Amino acid sequence: MQNKKQLVTIKGTKEGFVFELDDKHLLTDVIEELEQKLSEDDFAEKNGQHVSVVVKLGFRYIDEEEKETLKRLIEGTNRFRIERFDSEVMAKKDVKMLLERTSIKLENKIVRSGQVLDVIGDLLLIGDVNPGGEVRATGNVFILGRLNGVAHAGKNGDEDAVIVASYMNPSQLRIGKYFSRAPDYESEGVYMECGYYDKEKEQILIDRLQVLPYVRNELRNIERRILYG
Amino acid sequence: MGEAIVVTSGKGGVGKSTTTANIGTALALMGKKVCLVDTDIGLRNLDVIMGLENRIIYDIVDVIEGKCRLKQALVNDKRFETLSLLPASQTRDKSAITKEGMIEIVKELKKDFDYIIIDCPAGIEQGFQSAIAGADKAIIVTTPEKTSVRDADRIIGLLEQEEHIERPLLIINRIRNHMMKSGDMLDVDQILQILSIDLLGIVIDSDDVIKASNEGTPVVVNPNNKAAIAYRNIARRILGESVPLQSLEEEKGMLKKVKRFFGLRT
Repeated sequence: MQNKKQLVTIKGTKEGFVFELDDKHLLTDVIEELEQKLSEDDFAEKNGQHVSVVVKLGFRYIDEEEKETLKRLIEGTNRFRIERFDSEVMAKKDVKMLLERTSIKLENKIVRSGQVLDVIGDLLLIGDVNPGGEVRATGNVFILGRLNGVAHAGKNGDEDAVIVASYMNPSQLRIGKYFSRAPDYESEGVYMECGYYDKEKEQILIDRLQVLPYVRNELRNIERRILYG
Repeated sequence: MGEAIVVTSGKGGVGKSTTTANIGTALALMGKKVCLVDTDIGLRNLDVIMGLENRIIYDIVDVIEGKCRLKQALVNDKRFETLSLLPASQTRDKSAITKEGMIEIVKELKKDFDYIIIDCPAGIEQGFQSAIAGADKAIIVTTPEKTSVRDADRIIGLLEQEEHIERPLLIINRIRNHMMKSGDMLDVDQILQILSIDLLGIVIDSDDVIKASNEGTPVVVNPNNKAAIAYRNIARRILGESVPLQSLEEEKGMLKKVKRFFGLRT
């Protein structure tokens, strides 16, 4: 036992612990060793705050059930909280979903009154959104045409998503969980504008699209996509 | 083989039945064999506008339910031999006709007529769905009001999903020139910008239209009225002629000409 290569390596970092689990041996063996390590005194005796843990799985893929087992084991000591699982491999379906979420959906149509265009990822609409029509995307909304209806970017909660339109005269803009509506007086639309959520002012602002590089330097941030889909 | 054109709008009261009656009559005036079909079951109007109310014996529901043959239900127009009307039933409701029944009737009518003009009920429910079922083309009627344009937009969206119907054409009805000019009404360009479909014609609001409907004589037979000319132009465009759009301006009087000469705004 002593001569064998350790299946579980525990390292301490500034942010907390890193649990490196060996990816060559059976998961049951790894779990067994992990159990043993966790029961050792120097982990059990300390009390106080939870320490965050990153579990590194190497080239091992684990399903939800196995994840749950590991979580129960590690967090069961009341010492740790798992921040995330790090794996070098992904399931095909996850990759597909990720691709879907990070891709730009090109649509060429007029979204008329009563119609809803709902996409996962970014939406690039070539055409108008008429009054009473609505477009939604989990990512950004880009409209090459007139926006006269409702546009919802980051509909799953991504506040960093933006709405860009060649002609902006929306009845409502929604970004994440925030929304803003057009003024009650009749207003002319504006050309080449973008809408984004300003965290300091806590409202959706509409500005020339040239300001976009300053307020959102990374429009197509992959990690954000993984998070919000 | 004839062509079936449905006249629809979404919103009520914008002039679907009036448009149906006038386009149908104008086409008959040009020698075409035309059948008007009223699908507004329970709220039939087309027969009144055509002045044929007291000649109805059977109606479209009787045809669908097999109580009579299609030919028996057709009412011949009193002015034009080539014009017929298939009236709606006044005693039933929209559920009395089905898509299949409509398709069957239109197919049958196409054998004998050049144009079948279908008057669609307001709304987007079953009545609308069955009215458009047999159509090859669609005419959208709208007035220069936001509500009516909004509903027209919705209807266009629904029609775009129907593969058997060509891209709809637009008629802007009840135009009041002074209000369009002052910006109190949407103007033709604004409407076209929103709906982005081709314009078939514009019809100026005229008291004669209401008068003619009450008399049971479509206004289109009146040779001088502007709305009548507009309807006749629309009919010619349906036949494939290219007719320029009517000018919205009133003919200028002598005084106005003089004023213009001196650069005074009128």
